[in-house]
Amino acid sequence: MISRLTVSERHLALFVLGALALAGLAMAVGGRGDPLAVHGVIVLAASLGLGFLVLSALFSPEPGESRLAEYYDDPTKAGIVLSLAWAVVGMFFGVWVAALLAWPELTFVDSAWASFGRIRPVHTSGVIFGFGGNALIATSFHVLQRTCRARLPDQFSPWFVLIGYNLFCVIAASGYLMGMTQSKEYAEPEWYADIWLVIVWVVYFLIYIRTLARRKEPHIYVANWYYMAFILVVAVLHIVNNLALPVSFGHAKSYSLFSGVQDAMTQWWYGHNAVAFFLTAGFLGMMYYYLPKRAERPIFSYRLSIISFWGITFMYMWAGAHHLHYTALPQWVQTLGMTFSVVLLVPSWASAGNALATLNGAWHKVRDDATLRFMMVAAVFYGLSTFEGSFMAIRAVNSLSHYTDWTVGHVHAGALGWVAMITFGSLYALVPWMWKQERMYSPKLIEVHFWLALAGTVVYVFAMWNSGIIQGLMWRTYNDSGTLAYSFIDSLVAMHPYYIARAFGGLLFLTGAVVCSYNVWMTIRMARVARVPAKGDVPLYGAAQAGE
Amino acid sequence: MAIEKRDPVTGRVTTGHEWNGIEELETPIPRVVFFFLAVTTLFAVVYWVLMPAWPVGVTYTRGLLGIDQREVVMRQVEDAAVLRAAWTDRVGAAGFEEIMADATLMQHVRDTGRTLFIDNCAACHGTRGTGGPGFPNLAAGAWLWGGDPETLAETIRVGINSTSDETRVSQMLAFGRDGVLGREEVRSVAAYVRSLSDLPLGEADRGRIEAGKEIFAANCVACHGEDAKGSTDAGAPDLTDAAWIYGSDAQTVFTSIYSGRQGHMPHWEGRLSPVDIKLLALYVGTLGEDAR
Repeated sequence: MISRLTVSERHLALFVLGALALAGLAMAVGGRGDPLAVHGVIVLAASLGLGFLVLSALFSPEPGESRLAEYYDDPTKAGIVLSLAWAVVGMFFGVWVAALLAWPELTFVDSAWASFGRIRPVHTSGVIFGFGGNALIATSFHVLQRTCRARLPDQFSPWFVLIGYNLFCVIAASGYLMGMTQSKEYAEPEWYADIWLVIVWVVYFLIYIRTLARRKEPHIYVANWYYMAFILVVAVLHIVNNLALPVSFGHAKSYSLFSGVQDAMTQWWYGHNAVAFFLTAGFLGMMYYYLPKRAERPIFSYRLSIISFWGITFMYMWAGAHHLHYTALPQWVQTLGMTFSVVLLVPSWASAGNALATLNGAWHKVRDDATLRFMMVAAVFYGLSTFEGSFMAIRAVNSLSHYTDWTVGHVHAGALGWVAMITFGSLYALVPWMWKQERMYSPKLIEVHFWLALAGTVVYVFAMWNSGIIQGLMWRTYNDSGTLAYSFIDSLVAMHPYYIARAFGGLLFLTGAVVCSYNVWMTIRMARVARVPAKGDVPLYGAAQAGE
Repeated sequence: MAIEKRDPVTGRVTTGHEWNGIEELETPIPRVVFFFLAVTTLFAVVYWVLMPAWPVGVTYTRGLLGIDQREVVMRQVEDAAVLRAAWTDRVGAAGFEEIMADATLMQHVRDTGRTLFIDNCAACHGTRGTGGPGFPNLAAGAWLWGGDPETLAETIRVGINSTSDETRVSQMLAFGRDGVLGREEVRSVAAYVRSLSDLPLGEADRGRIEAGKEIFAANCVACHGEDAKGSTDAGAPDLTDAAWIYGSDAQTVFTSIYSGRQGHMPHWEGRLSPVDIKLLALYVGTLGEDAR
C-alpha cells in the first residue's frame, strides 16, 4: 500500500511520523512515573513502526498516473478491517461488563484494570469510537468519492486520519485500563489524547471540503450533508466539552474548565449531541447511500430529506438538558430540553419514514437479501429508539426512567438496532465492491448474522425495559407507613434475572459480529485467490517479486 | 434541468440528478409530517407559556402556572412527613416498652425498619442481620453491649470504636503479638476457650485445657469474667455460647488471642434521625424472632 503513495507523500509521511515520534519521546521522558509516559511509549512505538514501514517502500518507484483514474480505496479497506476488529474487541468487553453485573466475581484476575469502572469505558469507546468511528471514516471516504465523482484530494491525509484516529482509540482504551479518565461519559480520554483528536479531525474535515470542492456533480448528495454535519459538529462538541487545564505537561491528569451544574450541562450538551451527530447524523449518511444502492431504488422524497436534515440539526442542539431533569439545572433549561426533544421526533421519524418508503418497490429484496434487511431493520430501530428518546425526555416519564436500566435499554435499541445494523448492512454491501467480488464469501452467514443480531438486540432491549421499569417502580413505591417499601438491594435482587438475560443477548450480538468478521475475512481471501491470475498481467516490475 | 424522468414503480418524477446510480423522487412531504410538526410545536409553545421556559437577561419566563420544581419537591417532602407523623410522632414520644406493646406501631417498625436496615446496615450485617466473619450476627441473641432496645439504640447512636466522642470503646488485646503470652500459652487458652462451648478438640488440644484454664484465669477474666460469660459493660463476648464473630475454628480463635481484635461500627447520630435510630433498635430486636 505504501508504494501507492507518491514519493513526496512518503516523505511527508516520514516527516509527520518523525514529529510524532518526537512527541511520543517527549511524553515518555516528561511523564516519568506518570501513566503519561506509557502513552508516550505507545506513540513512539507506533510512529517508529509505521516509519519503518514507510522506509521499507521509500525507494519504490513513483506510482503511475493511472492511479488517478480510479478512486482511492485503500484507506476504506483498512478502515473496514479496523472497524470489525474494534467491533469484536468492544463487544467482547461489553459482554464482559454485562456478565460482571450479573456475576460480580467474574473479574477473573483480582486486579484494578479488570474492575467494572475501567473496562466499561473500554466497551463504550470500543464500540462507539472504535467500531462506529472507523466504519464512519471508511464509508465516508467511499461515499464521498462516488457521490462527488472525484478522487480524494491526496493519498496521505486519509491515512493520517484513519491511523491517527485509531491511535487515539488505542490511547483512550489503554488509558482507561490504567485508570486515566476525565470522568466525563463518552469523553473520558485525557487532554493530550483530546488535542491529538482535534488535529486528526481537522484534517478529516479538510479532506471533505477539498473533495467536495473538486466534485464533478452539480449538487452535493444528502449523504454528504450528514457526513459533513457529523464531522463539523463533533469537532465543536469535542473541543468545548474537553476544555481543561492539565496539572502539568508531564501529567496525564487535567481539570475541566467547567464545574458544578455548568459542567453537567456542558457534558450532556456534548453527550446528547454525540448521540445526535456521531451516532445519528453519521450513520444517516451511511444509510442514504447504501440503502438506495442496495435496494436499487430512488430516495422516496428529496424534500423530506431536506426538512429532516435541518430539523435534526437544529433541534438536537437543544435536547441535552433532558439528561438533567429534576436536578440542580434550572427548570427553564429542562423545559427547553424537553420540548425540543418532543418536536425532534418529527424530523427523526421523517428520516426513518424516508428510508422505509425508499424500499417501496424493493420489499421482495428485503425478504430475500439479508444485507438489505439489516438496513431495513436499522431504519425501524431508528424510528423506535427516537420515539422512545422523545418519550423519555418528557419530565414525568423521565422521573421513572432516569438512573434505571431503561436508559441502558434505550441506548442499546439505538446502538445495536440502529447504528450496528446499518453498519453491518453497509459493510456487507461495501466489502464485495472494495475487494472486487461478485458477492460476500457466504450469503448464508449473513443470514445467520442477521438473526443473531436481531435476536440479541431484542433480548437485550426487552431485558432492560423490564429491569429498568421494575427498578424505577421499586424505587418510588411507598408502603402503608409512608416510607420506602423496598431497599436498594431489593431492586438489585429483582434485576438479577434480567442482567443474565442481557448478558445472553449481548453474547448473541457478539457472536454475530464474529461471524461477520469471519465472512469479511474470507471474502478478502477469496479476492486474493482470484487476483493470482491477474498478476500475470503486470510483468513489468521484477519477476523476482512474483514469489513474495 | 435534465430531461424529466419518471420512476416506474411510483410514477413519480425524479429530481433529475443522479449520484453514482442513486436518484431522488420529487415526492411532496406527506401531510402527516406537517400535522405532527404542528402538534408537537403547539405542545411546546403551550408548555413554554405554562412553565418556566425562556431566559430573559438575568431572569427567565416563570410560566403562568407559577410552578417551581424546588418548591414542588419541598412541599412533597413536607406533605409526606406530615402523613408519616401520624405514627412517627408516637414512636418518638413513647417509651420502648409502650411501642413494643402496641401491635400497630410495631407493624410500622417492621415495615420501615426493614428498608432502613437493609439500606444502612446490611452492607456489614447482611440483609437478614445474620452478619458474617468479623460482623456480628444480630439474629443470634448474643449481644456484646446488651440486647434491650435502649442499649441497642445507644450502640447505633454512638457506634463502637467510632469517631464519635461518646463512642463505645472495646479492644481485645494482642496477647501473643505484644508478648504477654507465648505461642504455646495462646494455644492452650484457645483450647480451653473452645472447650467451653463443647467444640470438638484434637488429642493435643484436649491435653492443653487445664493449662489454658489457668492462663485464662490470670489474663482474661477481667473482661470475659470468671465464668467466661463476657460483660456487656466492656463489650466482651460470651465465650461459652455458640455465637462467634470471627469464627470458632482453632486457627481463628488462636489469631484472635494472638493478634487481638478491635471491631468497628460507625456512629449513626447525625446521619439518621433519632426516630430512625429508635426504629432500627426496635427492628434489630425483632431480627432474632424467626430464629428463636
